[in-house]
Amino acid sequence: MMSTVAIPPFESVYLEHRDELFRFLVRRLGRERAEDAFQETFLRALRGYPRLKHAEHLRAWLYTIAARVAVDLHRRPAQAAPPAEEAVHDSRPRYAQLEHLAEELPATERAAVVLRYGYDLSYADIGAALGSNEHAARQAASSGVRRLRKRRIEIT
Amino acid sequence: MTVSPELDARFREAAAAEGLLDVAYEIADSPIGPLLLAASGRGLCRISFDPEPERELERLSRAFGARVLRSSRPLDPARRQLDEYFEGGRQEFELDVDVERLTPFNRRVLEQLARVPYGALTTYGTLAREAGRPRAARAVGTVMNRNPIPIVLPCHRVVGSTGSLVGYAGGLKRKEQLLRFEGALAV
Repeated sequence: MMSTVAIPPFESVYLEHRDELFRFLVRRLGRERAEDAFQETFLRALRGYPRLKHAEHLRAWLYTIAARVAVDLHRRPAQAAPPAEEAVHDSRPRYAQLEHLAEELPATERAAVVLRYGYDLSYADIGAALGSNEHAARQAASSGVRRLRKRRIEIT
Repeated sequence: MTVSPELDARFREAAAAEGLLDVAYEIADSPIGPLLLAASGRGLCRISFDPEPERELERLSRAFGARVLRSSRPLDPARRQLDEYFEGGRQEFELDVDVERLTPFNRRVLEQLARVPYGALTTYGTLAREAGRPRAARAVGTVMNRNPIPIVLPCHRVVGSTGSLVGYAGGLKRKEQLLRFEGALAV
């Protein structure tokens, strides 16, 4: 049987990751908007927490949520006038398409691919999210992409 | 750069206000030492002496769900009433308690326990009888020992048939302090 890490009380996850997630959001959004994004990130995490099956990729999971919140906050002002190209192509944002396509990848590669190509994170940030480093993040993303290419899924 | 106390407090309050927590908890000061207070959606579910938060949070998480977060607002009524109790201004608590996950016998005993008035004493045997199992004094002792909400469910008012204090999960010294404080023991 596969060993799994039990889901810890949310308080310990929050205490362990709040500062680095906050710094990540400040880098993406600037100090002021990062405050709203911070609260939204952890509220979304709380909403999703009961659906987690294990605690093996909690940090990457939190970064994915934070990255999506940052994208949502960026998009908000533009929402009144959506770009024309979105009407002819798949109307879902890139990260949503990617998350779907990458579903079958191993967890680390999946997180790396989604964070890199879906959210445009730097490899340094992805390394932090995965609890490894820039080099490992780059490798995980590229082997994920290779795997997807084999299945003829084009990543642009 | 770290999360400011204001931002931290804002998140903790929003999490509780949106009903996203399985358990909210807070540490409160009291004359008998710091108390960890915890509430589920149903009501107060835990008061713990000498709180070692880490172990306590694991226990709460297993029992009620993993969304356990320190958040003071949901504990405000309990904290206020405990303050009043320790100041001598309150003899009865008006708080919802969550004893849902305990066994029926446990709950029956705790219901009887909740009726023992301020400043009075009862015995394990009496409580057993009142809970419908007159021979279960020892089992009542176990229920008292594992009482999840001491002080509010006043297991400190339960003594042996000879009047000896017997035991207290929070330590005999605290039991004595509480009883002296309520005037049930000569000072």
